[in-house]
Amino acid sequence: MTATTPRSLRSWLLDDAPASRRQAWFGRTYRGWLHFRRNPLAVTGLAIVLVLLLVAAVGPLLAPHSPYDQNLDMRLMPPGTEGYLLGSDELGRDILSRVLYGARITLYIVILVAIIVAPLGLLIGTVAGYFGGWIDTLLMRVTDIFLAFPRLILALALVAALGPGIENAVIAIAITTWPPYARIARAETLTIRRSDFIAAARLQGASSARIIVRQVMPLCTSSVIVRVTLDMAGIILTAAGLGFLGLGAQPPSPEWGAMVASGRKFLLDQWWVAAMPGIAIFVVSLGFNLLGDGLRDVLDPKSGS
Amino acid sequence: MIVIEDLHVTFRTERHVVQAVKGVSLHVREGEVYGLVGESGSGKSTVLRALAGLDGAWDGRMTVAGERLGKRRSGHFHRRVQMVFQDPYGSLHPRHTVDRTLSEPLKIHHFDDHDGRIRRVLREVGLDDSFRFRYPHQLSGGQRQRVAIARAIILEPRVLLLDEPTSALDVSVQAEILNLLGRLKRDLGLTMILVSHNLAVVAHMCDCMSVMRHGEVVEQLTVDQLRDGTVQEPYTRQLLLAAKGYDRAVVEELLV
Repeated sequence: MTATTPRSLRSWLLDDAPASRRQAWFGRTYRGWLHFRRNPLAVTGLAIVLVLLLVAAVGPLLAPHSPYDQNLDMRLMPPGTEGYLLGSDELGRDILSRVLYGARITLYIVILVAIIVAPLGLLIGTVAGYFGGWIDTLLMRVTDIFLAFPRLILALALVAALGPGIENAVIAIAITTWPPYARIARAETLTIRRSDFIAAARLQGASSARIIVRQVMPLCTSSVIVRVTLDMAGIILTAAGLGFLGLGAQPPSPEWGAMVASGRKFLLDQWWVAAMPGIAIFVVSLGFNLLGDGLRDVLDPKSGS
Repeated sequence: MIVIEDLHVTFRTERHVVQAVKGVSLHVREGEVYGLVGESGSGKSTVLRALAGLDGAWDGRMTVAGERLGKRRSGHFHRRVQMVFQDPYGSLHPRHTVDRTLSEPLKIHHFDDHDGRIRRVLREVGLDDSFRFRYPHQLSGGQRQRVAIARAIILEPRVLLLDEPTSALDVSVQAEILNLLGRLKRDLGLTMILVSHNLAVVAHMCDCMSVMRHGEVVEQLTVDQLRDGTVQEPYTRQLLLAAKGYDRAVVEELLV
């Protein structure tokens, strides 16, 4: 029984003639997964991202200390010291605990930015691409204005205007990140807006809004999702950069970028204070990048089916 | 049923102005299959797309079942006139299952009993229930074209516009699709306009036809005239000869 169940599930998923919408959808997803699984780097990326999710969920339970508890007797202890696996910082706080708590902040920033940026860019890009004409010109010139500034500089200016803090950093990063999404969505839309299935939808009497949401957007989402995962690393680094410059998360918040910034002062003698959160940023960025590369192979509508 | 009078279609780019259709008039009676033939670029598909409301810049008078057509089409028009496209690989949404493709038009026009209608229409075009939740990439070209036909007839239209519905298919599948279209015409009493460059297809399907060249109608004739070869215009005769395939006599006649 136990041996046959997985096989029948597999054949249910790979059935060439699915019997319901759900089965068709699961089947397509499963095929995508089989394709994804063949790429070991992508699976590594997925594993890293899953570990990040797990740590963000249960990190506070794993942390040996509170991220805020200071112990001036134990300041700047090297990694491996009893009770301080990754060492301690200049105020005697446990770096491991702070890195674990920081995962939640990092994930919070990344998810908030993605939730704002992907739909916004998708909407602007598909509308511009579908209608063309002056709507396209207007939206794309606005996009160009945002693209014309270096991302970190614009984010800096926005945070300086809004005031430091994680929420404002998220807003600033989101405002500087959406233009490439609009570009991608527009380019995808331009390639499909003349296709016969769009013409067929128009002939069925579908409104422009309906065509954009139900016909155009599903074909753009895959490239946008890929771009989001590839951008995650950039978002983390921008957030860390803002934190490093003192404009993102504020002390004593255990945000990784801010931790690197505070460790800068001891970089030569107590390297671990900056290196540990730095390694965390590096690993998570790498994980998202690998995942994005793998997803691109699976989701690209031009490759395979 | 369909009246087109003095139709002009113009495409403009920044540099060029192309007159794709210059003053075409035709009259299609109810229940008739009307053929539009001509070489590539003769404007036959453009006439069809203008009638369907897919190409904007047209001029002239078009009427379907007494309804004068404007630049924007009414919901009523969409219920009555549907189209089958040439390329079955491009006319189905790649991420929609057959079921979703067929239920979209039902949702737009607030039809009831989606499940029953989809089952019936699939049976009508010769596909069984196992095809219902497949994606287009799981279908062959002929099966896709059947789905495209199902999508066109699910709104129970009176008029079906066919833009080279078989030219992208294998020869054996072409015949199946043509037979299907012929049966639908009989069963549902559809009026059809068939665009094709294939005279054999037109002779098989149509009652009347227009021969088009350079955006103008060269000659209008019945299918009997076509079969007998009693045509007036030299261009039509040329087409007829060309359709017979390679023949020394034809080549000599064309070269004269």
